Amino acid sequence: MMNKKAYKRIIPGFGLSFGITLLYLGFIVIIPLCSLVIFTAGISPGVFLETVTRPRVLSSYMVSFSTALAAAVVDAVMGVIIAWVLVRYQFPGKKLMNGIIELPFALPTAVAGISLTHLTTDKGWIGKMFHDAFGIDIAYTRLGITVALVFIGIPFVVRSVEPVLEKMDRGVEEAADMLGAGRTKIFFDIILPEIAPALFSGFSLSFARGLGEYGSVVFIAGNKPYETEIAPLMILSQLQEYDYTSATAIALVMLIAAFIILLINSYIQSRSAKITGGMA
Amino acid sequence: MYVEMKNISKSFADCKACDDISFGIEQGKLVALLGPSGSGKTTLLRMIAGLEIQDGGDILIDGRVVNDVPGKDREIGFVFQNYALFRYMTVYDNIAYGLKIKKVPAKQIRETVMELIGLVGLSGMEKRYPAQLSGGQKQRVAFARALALKPKLLLLDEPFAAIDAKVRKELRNWLKDMISRVGITSIFVTHDQDEAVEVADDILIINEGRLEQIGRPLDIYKHPNTPFVAQFIGSSVVLDSFTGFKGFDEVKNDSKVVIRPEFVEAFKGDNPRFNKLISAAEKGTLRNIQFRGNCLEISLEVNGVILSTNRSLERRPVRIGDEMYVIVYRIYVINNEETAVHKNVLLKDINVEML
Repeated sequence: MMNKKAYKRIIPGFGLSFGITLLYLGFIVIIPLCSLVIFTAGISPGVFLETVTRPRVLSSYMVSFSTALAAAVVDAVMGVIIAWVLVRYQFPGKKLMNGIIELPFALPTAVAGISLTHLTTDKGWIGKMFHDAFGIDIAYTRLGITVALVFIGIPFVVRSVEPVLEKMDRGVEEAADMLGAGRTKIFFDIILPEIAPALFSGFSLSFARGLGEYGSVVFIAGNKPYETEIAPLMILSQLQEYDYTSATAIALVMLIAAFIILLINSYIQSRSAKITGGMA
Repeated sequence: MYVEMKNISKSFADCKACDDISFGIEQGKLVALLGPSGSGKTTLLRMIAGLEIQDGGDILIDGRVVNDVPGKDREIGFVFQNYALFRYMTVYDNIAYGLKIKKVPAKQIRETVMELIGLVGLSGMEKRYPAQLSGGQKQRVAFARALALKPKLLLLDEPFAAIDAKVRKELRNWLKDMISRVGITSIFVTHDQDEAVEVADDILIINEGRLEQIGRPLDIYKHPNTPFVAQFIGSSVVLDSFTGFKGFDEVKNDSKVVIRPEFVEAFKGDNPRFNKLISAAEKGTLRNIQFRGNCLEISLEVNGVILSTNRSLERRPVRIGDEMYVIVYRIYVINNEETAVHKNVLLKDINVEML
């Protein structure tokens, strides 16, 4: 008779570490998010819909999504270039440059917001240049919001793409070169597919972060209703009026949006893992 | 000569990878670049492919100096050490890649690719991704991809290094067969002498950035030109001194003596087969026995040195500590850069091969 036996692990610690993981995820992530859903469940679907479709709320979503998306696209392009330079070339000050990448993470976001605002008003160094030369205002416009979000999101892309570029087999590029591919073709046919999963992961993280970013944006945005008012600011202003149900309703939509982005990301990651892992 | 290297030199920082190397390779030959790791053989191959640029000297392919011709225009197929397959492309797309870049019509691409897939025996696997293939199959894809543009010269960098021992033997024969069927001039790099001897028509032995010897495997084995070759090809014992052996003059100081296992015979005193040789033999003591899969390698202490020979498993069992007679047929004596074969003078009237 064969007894069903639990698989014996040689290296101990699964029970303990898995327990800690669940506990942590529960207290820090799942319970707070569930409470958000439960709070919202207290209001009727009609009220919920009415709240989240108010013109001012809708336009704040619009501002948040469009600026976060634009910023994530810029981050994706610039992040790949920065990662490429950091991985492939040797130059003086490389270590310093590598360290500076993470500064947006370390800096209090309000500090970033204030300094960016100073720079980009029509009296600031950069803002004046753009105002005089092209007639473009940066601060207190959606462009300004995008600039702040680009600043906040760039480390996500650089840090996800960098290790993949480092690990890439240079032989693959040489193989494509021997087969007659030019530099551009090699980049789009060979290198881009290799870094695409990491790039998309960095992109979606910076997009998701951009959706929720508050500190650095409120200063540079100007917060004009229907124009530069972001969704997190809407939530905050509802809270200041003690309208908790509206605040949570608006927040729930943001939660769902973030969740969808991360879901798409994890789908793309698992698909590419299948191709490289031999299970496609 | 199809490929000619003239006085090629190349350095990396303060390390000389190639030091004034010249050789030629005939059309249609399968040639091995053999040497220990770090000898510069891969650098040599990469320079032929245009993946490295030599510091000095000329490279000629088919009579044309290609020093300034980029690799992709040298009509070369290159098989990389770890195959360097495109992970996000199927087998079909990997092989078709070069053809697509050359803007070959789609129908013709399909024909060529399917023909190559058939040739390398991967029919039905064209939709697989590289990660779904075994090491041997990946190598076949890399081989087919290198051949897709109908190159005139095929270069292979350590083609069997990443494959496990059993499949490697199979693949060696496959590759040799495949190359002779396609009829393409080929050069492959290896550090494994068995591989070079078994597969190649000609072997070039490279050591420390210099060409030691070029020739047919058997010729190199029988007539090593330099001490390095004598030691590198075939297993052998290297001795600093060789004195007191019957049938040999004393070998002077700062010469080295190289003795291959097949130059040595060991037998028991009561063995009638070796009756005639006993006068030319030395007494020795069996010190070590190693099972080598198809024979025993026995080491004996004779006149203060250790000699090795292979012993058939069909012969009488022997034990460590046994007293045996040991006869040396011949030795290589290497003095500075010269190698001489010394034969046992006591055996000149005996036909050793008939024993």
